[in-house]
Amino acid sequence: MNYKSQIALVAALAISLGVSLVSGSIDDYFLDILLNAGINIILAVSLNLVNGHTGQFSLGHAAFMGVGAYGASIVTLEMGGSLMRIFGSGAFGTGILFLIALLVGGLCAAICGWAVGVPSLRLRGDYLAIVTLGFNEIIRVVLQNTSGDGPFGGALGLKGIEQYTNFFWVFGIAAIAIYVISALVNSTYGRGFLAVRDDEIAGESMGVNTVRYKVIAFVTGAFFAGLAGGLYAHLRSTISPEGFNFLKSVDVVVMVILGGMGSTVGVIVAAIVLTVLNETLRDFEQYRMIVFSLLLIVMMIVRPQGLLPESMFQRRKKA
Amino acid sequence: MSASLQLDNVTIQFGGLRAVGDLSFRINPGELIGLIGPNGAGKTTVFNLITGVYHPTAGSIKFNDLSIPGHKPHQITRLGIARTFQNIRLFPSMSVFDNVRTAMVMHQLHGITHALTRGPAYHDEEALIEKEILDLLDIFKLRDVAHVPCKSLSYGDQRRLEIIRALATKPKLLLLDEPAAGMNPTEKEELMHLIRFIRDKFDIAVLLVEHDMKVVMGICQRIVVIEYGIKIAEGTPDEIQNNPKVIEAYLGVEAEES
Repeated sequence: MNYKSQIALVAALAISLGVSLVSGSIDDYFLDILLNAGINIILAVSLNLVNGHTGQFSLGHAAFMGVGAYGASIVTLEMGGSLMRIFGSGAFGTGILFLIALLVGGLCAAICGWAVGVPSLRLRGDYLAIVTLGFNEIIRVVLQNTSGDGPFGGALGLKGIEQYTNFFWVFGIAAIAIYVISALVNSTYGRGFLAVRDDEIAGESMGVNTVRYKVIAFVTGAFFAGLAGGLYAHLRSTISPEGFNFLKSVDVVVMVILGGMGSTVGVIVAAIVLTVLNETLRDFEQYRMIVFSLLLIVMMIVRPQGLLPESMFQRRKKA
Repeated sequence: MSASLQLDNVTIQFGGLRAVGDLSFRINPGELIGLIGPNGAGKTTVFNLITGVYHPTAGSIKFNDLSIPGHKPHQITRLGIARTFQNIRLFPSMSVFDNVRTAMVMHQLHGITHALTRGPAYHDEEALIEKEILDLLDIFKLRDVAHVPCKSLSYGDQRRLEIIRALATKPKLLLLDEPAAGMNPTEKEELMHLIRFIRDKFDIAVLLVEHDMKVVMGICQRIVVIEYGIKIAEGTPDEIQNNPKVIEAYLGVEAEES
C-alpha cells in the first residue's frame, strides 16, 4: 500500500522493457509515432512542473531539449568508440554508453536551466517568458554559428547519430519523469510549488522559500527536457539547430495548456493526442501554427483548466 | 513558546515620504497589542517592516534580541513571526487542508530526497503532518470541510482559515492585519473570542491592526496609536479612549459622525 507509486514505476519500467523486446514486430511507422509521443510526454510533463505546477511561464523548453540532444550526441559520436572498448559493443555496452550520453545531455541542460533560472526567476510572469524565449534563440543562434567541422556541426547540425533510442528508453524515462514530478508535487514538500503559483507573497509568509522552489522546478524541468533531447537525437539520427527553435517550445506549451496546467494525466493525454494529430494532419502543416495559436487563445478564455474534467484528478477524499 | 518584539526608532523613507518615523514599541511574551491609526497612518507598513517585506531606513527591529532587517520574509516566518493579510490571501487552487499543509513545509525534517524516495520515514512524516493539520482544523471546527476547495468557504471562514494557516507555522508572534474587515457584528463577536482563545491556547503574542474600535478596545491589553507614521499615544484601552491627542486624530472624528 505504502509503496504503490514505486511499484507502479517498476511495473512501467518492466512493461516498457517487455514491449521493447517485441518491438521488432510492431509496424515501423506506428512505432515511430509511439516513440515520438513518448518523447513529447517527457517534454510536456517536465514543462508542466515549471508552467503548470509552479506557475512560471517558460517559453524556452526546446532550448533545453536542444542542449540535451547535442550533449548526448556528442558523447556517442566522439566518445562512443572508446566507451564501447571499455564496456564492450554488445547490448550491455551500448546500453551503458547511451545511459551515459543521456545523463550528460540531461546534466548539461540542467546546468543551463540553473544558469538561466537563478538570475531570471526573480522576474515574474511575462518577463520570465521573454527571458526564456531569448535564451531559446541564443542557443539556436550559437549552435548555428559554430564551425561546420567542429563537434557541433554548425547550421547543418550533426548526422550519423546511432539509433539507440527504443521503446524501453523512451517509455522508461517517461515513467521516471512522471514518477519524479508526481512524487515532488504530491507531497507536503510539493505544496511549495503550488504556493508559488497561487500566491508568492502568501507563500513567502508561510515560510516557503519561493526562489529555491522556482529554481528546483526549473532545473528539474530542464533536466528531463535534456533527456528527451538525447532520446530525440538518437531516434532521428540527425539533429540541427532549427529543430530546437521557438516553435518547438510553443508545441510543448500547447500540450501543457491543452492538458491543463498542473494536471499530469491531462498533459500526458494532450501530448499523445497532439503527436497523433501532427502526424495525421501532415498535409495541412502550413496551417498548424495558425490553428495552434487560435487554440491557445480559445483555451485561455474558455477552459484555462484544460480539456479534461477536473473531477478526474482530484485527490481521494478522506473521511 | 512566547517571545518579545522590540522596535527602536524605526524609520522608513520612500523617496521624500516618511511612511514611519521614529517608531518605538515593545510586544512582551503573550501580550495582545493593538496598533491603530487613521487610514494611511502606516499600520500595514509597520507589518511589512516586521515581516521583512520592507527594510527600515533607520532604527532596529529585534525579535528575541535577533535583528530582523536583512532576513527574507520566509526566514522571518521560520523565526516565529506569522501574519495574515488585509485582503485574504489564501492559495485559491488548494483545499482547506492543503492551505494549512503549505505552512507545514517549513517544519519538515526531510526534504526533497524523502519526497522522491517515498520510504517509510516519508510516510510517517506525512501521516504526522496530516494528524497535526486535522487536529488544528478540529480546534477551529473546520475539520468537516478539510477537503473542500478553500474558495467555497464563507468569508468569515476564509478569514479564520488564514489565521489557522498562520498558526500552523507555529509562531511565537502572530500579526493580524484587519481581521474584522468586512465582517458582520456576529462574526466580529466570534473573532474577538477567537483571538483571545488563540492567545491563551497557543500561548503566543498577538499584534492586531484593526479599524473596528469595538474589537480593538474589547480585547487588547495595550494599544499603540500612530498617525502619519508617528506614534502619538500608547496605553491601555481606557487611557487611549481618554487621550485628547487620539480623540483629535482619530476617535474624535468618529464621535462627530455618530
